[in-house]
Amino acid sequence: MHASILAVCYLIGSVSFIIGLKMLSHPATARRGNLVSAAGMGVAILGTLFLYHPQGTTFHNLIWIVAAMIIGTLIGSISARKVKMTAMPEMVSLFNGMGGLCAALISVVELGRIAQDQSDMHVLSILAGMVIGSVSFTGSMIAYGKLRGKIKDHTFPGQHLVNLVVLALIIAAGAVIIHGDGTVSPVVFYGMLSLSVIYGILFVLPIGGADMPVVISLLNSFTGIATACAGFLYNNQVMLTGGILVGSAGAILTILMCKAMNRSLMNVLVGSFGSTGTASAHVTGEQGAYKEISLSDAAMVMGYAHKVMVVPGYGLAVAQAQHVCHELGKLLQKNGVEVKYAIHPVAGRMPGHMNVLLAEADVSYDDLLELEPANEEFGSTDVVLILGANDVVNPAAQDDRSSPIYGMPILEVGKAKLVIVNKRTMNPGYAGIENELFFKTNTSMLFGNAKNVLQELVNLVKEL
Amino acid sequence: METLLSYIHNNLELLYVVILSVFLGIEVISRVPSVLHTPLMSGANAIHGVIIIGSIIVMSEAAPDNYVVLTLGFIAVIVGTINVVGGFVVTDRMLEMFKAGKDKASKQIKDK
Repeated sequence: MHASILAVCYLIGSVSFIIGLKMLSHPATARRGNLVSAAGMGVAILGTLFLYHPQGTTFHNLIWIVAAMIIGTLIGSISARKVKMTAMPEMVSLFNGMGGLCAALISVVELGRIAQDQSDMHVLSILAGMVIGSVSFTGSMIAYGKLRGKIKDHTFPGQHLVNLVVLALIIAAGAVIIHGDGTVSPVVFYGMLSLSVIYGILFVLPIGGADMPVVISLLNSFTGIATACAGFLYNNQVMLTGGILVGSAGAILTILMCKAMNRSLMNVLVGSFGSTGTASAHVTGEQGAYKEISLSDAAMVMGYAHKVMVVPGYGLAVAQAQHVCHELGKLLQKNGVEVKYAIHPVAGRMPGHMNVLLAEADVSYDDLLELEPANEEFGSTDVVLILGANDVVNPAAQDDRSSPIYGMPILEVGKAKLVIVNKRTMNPGYAGIENELFFKTNTSMLFGNAKNVLQELVNLVKEL
Repeated sequence: METLLSYIHNNLELLYVVILSVFLGIEVISRVPSVLHTPLMSGANAIHGVIIIGSIIVMSEAAPDNYVVLTLGFIAVIVGTINVVGGFVVTDRMLEMFKAGKDKASKQIKDK
């Protein structure tokens, strides 16, 4: 009786995940979709706590489980509530790593008690869960460190080879364990575990910051697959469906992002891009002459323009300038200027990062333009105001075949009459590539922290 | 070869679930506007937190004096819960802002 109620709980959980993901993909239903998945998760977890009966023994350690859950809930909810909107991407990476760690720990425990008569497939799903979970855990931690700016990109010659060798060793160790006689040699086991942990680090370490969204999405997909492996192990449908759903959805999202940045997924898997060397080659190259524009001039041209396009980037997020940005937009709109926001799909640190940020500042959904409609409108735009965006407006993506971002679709801001670029310094952007746009004749630089600059502009436009 | 075939035969239902779920995941995600990519990634991230059920099973089957397994399981339950709770709360926070923005936008239109 208990077992069949539990099966129904798991069914409810699985269906709610599917419905939840579906609802998450429409702006109007997204929030309810998230609650639907959360409710399904609650049913599945409570069902397991009260109705699950382990084979051949009774349910042990309920107090410890509940205590751990309370600790986890406190840590999870407090950190999720306290995190700033700008730090969201690293938070997602961190939570993803926690899931990976959980999968790895489960596999380690299960591997310690496999019996001789267990099928190869059973062992394989344990090993796969352990490897994928560990890679996802350490990879996510490195991605977190990179987004925080605590870990720099590291590359060394022969990196691909080292990665491939590590991967081959992991597979070899797996084969030894599966073909063994049911007893696992500690050397092979710990070797495999530590190689997996190392692979996660090696895998993410060389990848440049601009590519972090792809990596996080990929690691998210990995954790999904690790979850599915555990689902196989326990013959547990809700873990299986949830894991596979996330695995396939994350993979597709990764591919979509790779396409947007003109990368192949294979390149990502071998952990190579960003290490091509050309990325830093241009940094020390000669810089042309750029011109600056004063705050009052900038306020003047925007105040009397017909159409202003704002291009937000990570600089806006860092400066927490989304509210004052919206204030400037509203002010200009009140003066009869048409104000739109051009959003590049990979601006910021994650796809949709800018949308989230501007939504927080109550910028109307209708004023946000995606890449293609924005590019159509630049031709009729008087002033483009770029706020801390760099690579997504770099014309090298269209002109320079040797550029690491060659082929990535960009916002063609050069078509507008005047481009004002707000940056803190002349330093190149996150991908470390020089940007010709800054030296063009219709481009003017406006140096300073985005928040201070925008506040000044608001005051000056008010006085016009 | 024989092991593989018999494995497929014995786990046919699971394999069907896997294959259908793969297509379902692809189908669901390929129509998402880029605006929702971050919340969706975060929501999916919370969903794979269902791995916590595995850690509960591990704990429930561990003998009360098997301290190694208990410690590993205890940590697993904690991090699994962080994944689930944190994931859903972060996603909700992101989407909350979308909703607020949209309500005000539609109100503005009505006011006009």
